[in-house]
Amino acid sequence: MDKLVNNSIKLEFPSKGENVALARITIAALVSQLELTLNDLEEIKVAVSEAVSNAVIHGYGNKPDGLITVIGILQNEKIIIEIIDQGIGINDIEKAMEPAFSTDPERTGLGFVFMQSFMDEVKVESQENHGTRVILSKQLNSENKKFAVS
Amino acid sequence: MSISLNTKKNTLIVHIGGEFDLVSANEYRERIDHQMLENNSRNLLLNMEKTTFIDSSGLGVIMGRFRKIKANNGQMIIYGAKPGIKKIFEVSGILSLMPVCNTEEAAWQILEKKTIEGA
Repeated sequence: MDKLVNNSIKLEFPSKGENVALARITIAALVSQLELTLNDLEEIKVAVSEAVSNAVIHGYGNKPDGLITVIGILQNEKIIIEIIDQGIGINDIEKAMEPAFSTDPERTGLGFVFMQSFMDEVKVESQENHGTRVILSKQLNSENKKFAVS
Repeated sequence: MSISLNTKKNTLIVHIGGEFDLVSANEYRERIDHQMLENNSRNLLLNMEKTTFIDSSGLGVIMGRFRKIKANNGQMIIYGAKPGIKKIFEVSGILSLMPVCNTEEAAWQILEKKTIEGA
């Protein structure tokens, strides 16, 4: 079972709320090709859900005709996920990433907090009126394996 | 995704099954608010025994309902959440806002105690 899985996937879909689940389930299926803990799997699903929800809600303002691209790369026991939209972009990335910053009272402003809590690294590139690219990465397995061996 | 709602006295009990994300959030928010108003409910118990996933959209609904209920001097209590969902609660800070317990029975006990304290 000690095999190294290198694999990748690219998804493109319209900016509909229903596709948030589609994206997180697909990425979950990809990372499940590695042996990973249920906890890691849950955390990755939440992080992907947040990034894709942001693209739908903020990037495209809930309009369903935008295009969202999700790329998942599994390499050397690391998962890298890119979530790309061509929406309105973020004019102040630092402010957008602040905990509890939200432009809507019915939202928690916790999207980026979850991404940062559950992934090793979160990078955001954005250009106003051109779109946003969020890159999430997380090292999987290595610690658990060390633990299992010792 | 599934939701069912029932009322006992002045308390609405909401059972949330499946995934609580962007899509279900919009629907559940409306249904909970409508039912609270219709039954003139003061308190809300949220049964999450069958909730399999939650993200910040679902949490937004919980926090939004909490604010409304608090403003109306009511109580909101969550029960039955699985460990994966409890972890999301921990990160979100929701545990400092409202009680989270394991069973409906425990939720009723907390509710009665809080109602007496508040009276």
